Amino acid sequence: MTETGEIDALPGPRERMRGFIAHLRLNGFTLGPSETALALDIVGRLERPTPDGVRAALKVALSGCREDWERFDDLFPVYWFGEGVKRATVLRGENTSTPKRARPALWDKVLPPEESVGRPIGAAAQAAGGSDAEEDTDAPSAPHRIAADRRDSLFKTDLREIAAKEDIAEAERVAERLAKAMRYRLSRRRKPSARGRSLDLRRTIRRNIAHGGEPVDLLRRTRPDRPVRVVVLLDVSGSMKLYSRYFLLFVRGLLSRWMRADAYLFHTRLVRVTEALTDKDPFRALAKLSLMIEGFGGGTRIAGALADFNARYAKEAIDSRTVVVILSDGYDTEAPEDLARELKRLRTRARRIVWLNPLLGWKDYEPVARGMAAALPHIDHFAAANSLQALAALEPELAAI
Amino acid sequence: MKDYKELQAELAETGYIAEGSLAMALTLATEIHRPLLLEGEAGVGKTDIARALAALLGTRLIRLQCYEGLDANATLYEWNYQRQLLSIRAREATEGADSAESLEKHIFSEDYLLRRPLLEAISQLEPPVLLIDEIDRADEEFEAFLLELLADYQVTVPELGTIEAVSIPHVILTSNGTRALSDALRRRCLYSFVDYPDAEKERAILAARMPEIDAELARRIVGFVQQLRREDLEKVPGIAETLDWATALVGLRVDKLEDNLELLQASLICLLKTEADQRAIVPEVTRRLLGKVA
Repeated sequence: MTETGEIDALPGPRERMRGFIAHLRLNGFTLGPSETALALDIVGRLERPTPDGVRAALKVALSGCREDWERFDDLFPVYWFGEGVKRATVLRGENTSTPKRARPALWDKVLPPEESVGRPIGAAAQAAGGSDAEEDTDAPSAPHRIAADRRDSLFKTDLREIAAKEDIAEAERVAERLAKAMRYRLSRRRKPSARGRSLDLRRTIRRNIAHGGEPVDLLRRTRPDRPVRVVVLLDVSGSMKLYSRYFLLFVRGLLSRWMRADAYLFHTRLVRVTEALTDKDPFRALAKLSLMIEGFGGGTRIAGALADFNARYAKEAIDSRTVVVILSDGYDTEAPEDLARELKRLRTRARRIVWLNPLLGWKDYEPVARGMAAALPHIDHFAAANSLQALAALEPELAAI
Repeated sequence: MKDYKELQAELAETGYIAEGSLAMALTLATEIHRPLLLEGEAGVGKTDIARALAALLGTRLIRLQCYEGLDANATLYEWNYQRQLLSIRAREATEGADSAESLEKHIFSEDYLLRRPLLEAISQLEPPVLLIDEIDRADEEFEAFLLELLADYQVTVPELGTIEAVSIPHVILTSNGTRALSDALRRRCLYSFVDYPDAEKERAILAARMPEIDAELARRIVGFVQQLRREDLEKVPGIAETLDWATALVGLRVDKLEDNLELLQASLICLLKTEADQRAIVPEVTRRLLGKVA
């Protein structure tokens, strides 16, 4: 502890450490002033502080998740030895600065080069926190600016049209009703209740002490309801173009109403859009999303997207009370067996899979798309979803979950 | 503070081969009394770390296995209802009716308290190792409750009052990443990510656990498993699987992996734990992997 005292007395190391914490924070670490003190304390405790020892100790203390853990060894020398500053931005660009990290590679085709954008959009604003928050108020319309630059995009204009106030309200209303319909399932926890099925012995004994321990009043416990989780996988391929904008609004409605919901878009690849969708400003959210959608190209790879989801996200996103909602027309460019296999894998994790297919609302439609036919055995509920009305009609079905 | 390399060497003596970063994490955790959060795939030896640490410190290991729906009753304390009821009856029979207050005082004393792992862990004279296994399986409510406990190290029992920790346990939490943990919990804990060991480390583990195994065979076994981990599997074999497989091969008197391919293929059930994986690793693949090892 004496070492810590010495360090406290010197302004130098303390400032340097504060700078290091700020450096990490800029790179997406969740750290605050208390971590500066912790880091100084730890360094002070090291008997023979070698660079490797200090790095290992701070890595343990300051990382919070696997991503932090894996990037720490790159970030440490950049700050303390000034080495690789240049190299880091050039070679390991996405590792060392928040704006780049927050921007998925698939936007690169869509967005103008970073410098001309002025500031990053999306998660960058949240991740950077602190000083960036002020910037935020200065330039709240930045995403609009990007959108305006690319007015020629048909896709975006479409989204603009749907973004009329009444449409958003309607979509959110429908989403809310659906959310209510499938909100709860039973929990294994128990809570006190007047009419539960099992006895609450702890409370019964306490209550009946006055009767000399004779159990006169019986107190009971019951299982409380627990919210269902929802994961939405939305197909935004060309064949779904007419519908995906409705669905986007619908999905946004679900996300804002649910405690735990996750949204993903897919086309030829899969991208998680929960954060982009939950932006408080609906116009900004839609602007962000239309950018993301544009980045996609080519045909649909449902099976590939599902495989990607199973491998990367499923473990964390899905638990035993998760309903997976897939919104797609089932036109897949890949082998139907692949789709069946991935759905089967998904089915082992999720509580229920609901497939909403807009084509089903058409007269005389049969699920003959080969992919769709292969998928059917693994789906719990298959329904039309070609309009908001059709979505609203789902309510009784989903209430049965 | 002790040098982490010392701890690493001491752990190796108890039979646990730890990475330098993990030894550092354990050193810090014991030094500054912060919980240590370990993340990593199933089967990389997260649970064993707690066991090794307890053996090293010569203290008790108290384990709390988490599951969905786990609540405070199951983790902190419960009253021994049967004994309470019996005691009420027995007192009636012998001394006649007690006053309600004295009876209450009696049956809600520590004698009737069943200590569950968390309360047990903070009531030890010697600080024990408290292993909270698979915290990601418990739900958010429990995580919040745990956070409170880890901040104050005290428990309030309404009938008894507040019980302060006698000693601060060494807390190790493990997570397989089936659910995102809260930032609050992550900030409260030191963190270490435990990866599959590299070939050298895995050979050391195998040698530590099975000293009788032939060095060349051990090298082949580890080489094969390392190759297998690079295949596209649903369930990647962990260290426990390697040890199982090595035990099986020794038991089957296999001296060289390539001697009896049929037997080798059959023994892969020790490593491949799902149907799809067993179908994916056909004899041809096995042979290809073997070729890379030799």
